[in-house]
Amino acid sequence: MARMATTRRVMISTAAAWLFGFLIFFPILWMGLASFKTELEAFAIPPSFLFFHWTTENYATVQERSDYLHHAMNSIIIAGGSTLIALLIAIPAAWSMAFSPTKRTKDILLWMLSTKMMPPVGVLVPIYLIYKSLGLLDSRIGLVFILCLGNLPIVIWMLFTYFKEIPRDILEAARMDGATIGRELVYVLTPMAIPGLASTLLLNLILAWNEAFWTLNLSTSSAAPLTTFIASYSSPEGLFWAKLSAASTLAIAPILVLGWFSQKQLVRGLTFGAVK
Amino acid sequence: MGQITLQGVQKSFGPVHIIKGADLEIADGSFVVFVGPSGCGKTTLLRLIAGLEDVSGGKILIDGKNVVDTPPAKRGLSMVFQSYALYPHMSVRGNIGFGLKMAGLPKDEINRKVEAAAATLNLTPYLDRKPRELSGGQRQRVAIGRAIVREPKAFLFDEPLSNLDAALRVQMRIEVTRLQKQLGTTAIYVTHDQVEAMTMADKIVVLNGGKIEQYGSPLELYERPANLFVAGFIGSPRMNFVTGEPALQKGAATIGVRPEHLKIERDGGGGWQGTIAVAEHLGSDTFLYVDAGALGMLTARYIGELSLHAGDRVSLMPDPARIHRFDESGNALRG
Repeated sequence: MARMATTRRVMISTAAAWLFGFLIFFPILWMGLASFKTELEAFAIPPSFLFFHWTTENYATVQERSDYLHHAMNSIIIAGGSTLIALLIAIPAAWSMAFSPTKRTKDILLWMLSTKMMPPVGVLVPIYLIYKSLGLLDSRIGLVFILCLGNLPIVIWMLFTYFKEIPRDILEAARMDGATIGRELVYVLTPMAIPGLASTLLLNLILAWNEAFWTLNLSTSSAAPLTTFIASYSSPEGLFWAKLSAASTLAIAPILVLGWFSQKQLVRGLTFGAVK
Repeated sequence: MGQITLQGVQKSFGPVHIIKGADLEIADGSFVVFVGPSGCGKTTLLRLIAGLEDVSGGKILIDGKNVVDTPPAKRGLSMVFQSYALYPHMSVRGNIGFGLKMAGLPKDEINRKVEAAAATLNLTPYLDRKPRELSGGQRQRVAIGRAIVREPKAFLFDEPLSNLDAALRVQMRIEVTRLQKQLGTTAIYVTHDQVEAMTMADKIVVLNGGKIEQYGSPLELYERPANLFVAGFIGSPRMNFVTGEPALQKGAATIGVRPEHLKIERDGGGGWQGTIAVAEHLGSDTFLYVDAGALGMLTARYIGELSLHAGDRVSLMPDPARIHRFDESGNALRG
């Protein structure tokens, strides 16, 4: 009896998990479907689910009207650049805080995190003015810089938790075994830190890729990444659902593929510090 | 060779003195246990010998050579950590052989030595597994394998058995002792468990508050504790301490009697009268916790079964030859 009850419970929770997963995935699926509809079918009521006239004209129009590759390139440069610079700063910072903490380490970490609690719109005007006078508006460098700063606290926190998980004893064991600092780094630390570094890199890449507030406000065309590209389809002239969907699908496609192939690392990244 | 000598070794972290001047002679091939309550400095002292901490003062001599400025790996010691500290990304073979690889030995020699060490520790079937695929006892053996393969002058053990369950701990205790005797390598072993200390050691160092309270063989410590601390720390159950009138009669401030040296008689005999508060019947032993009024709670041990129960009145007769006497400052009075 008890076993049957357990099996039933497993079945129910499995079904619930699938349902929940489907609910979360549904908007993306709907967007994907809508991108293959005509504008008329896209907002028809009742909506048609699969049986509509499939067309790729939206993709053609989108490509014609705006340069997808140009925006995708911007996204890659901005997300990739800000992530790499953030890692370059965060690795030594997290390293020193994890392995030689001082009395103030916890305070510094909390202070860093506290900067993420403020809504970014609170500093939009000063940042905008600073960018304007420095000539950084609508420039890739400007966006790389602001996204890097914005994500730095999270990157440092994640790396800090990963480094913290590397037991000191193991480093000491390596020292007793006669490893020099350099060989300790190559043979012991790096192999142990790679999973953490990889998931931090991935998560930060995705955060930067999807970042819409600063990219929308600080860029217009030449540095505009895919977020701006999507937004240009919800314009004062009216909403073009099918084209907007096509643009969005194109914009998220690279990150969807990346996410699919790195699921394991990502899950670990998202639950960082929660499980040992 | 592995003779270790400490001369006035001190360690402070800022204003806090952890080790307040330790002098010690550890003979080659002996098994020495550092024992004491948590925070007494036993692990710090071991780490000072290992070179994982720098001394604040004094000398550490290994085979007559002062090593305080020598890095850990060059001291010729190997250490087994409480957490095992295995390299999680390396196989058992990689773990055991890492030290040899760092020393630049040729591959086939490393393999030969690793396999010999694995055979000694019954690890041969697991050589290609990762630490996470091993049980606690096996991990512990890998950690020991990593220590023995380097043929060090001495092994340093930092509470290596405290993460194991009770049955495995006893088994590993015997294995470690046997291995050490077989190899004849000096060993320093840190534990807070006085049973481990008593059973494994050739000599025990009792530490308290950063000071060496006594250094001697297990039976010396049991029979002639130097002070109240050692008397209370060594032996289980703990020694009974009695102050006041009975102590004054013996010309001491405090007298101590071990539970096994109290003769238990039913009420009416001489000695110290009291009521049993708790009686523990283990079959092999009977422990009585006796409320003896002004003398406080006394523990008595009887070898075998004794049919006495809570609430019974008993009298406890200390064996006059086994009474330990201490002065006001807690030091043992001899003669």
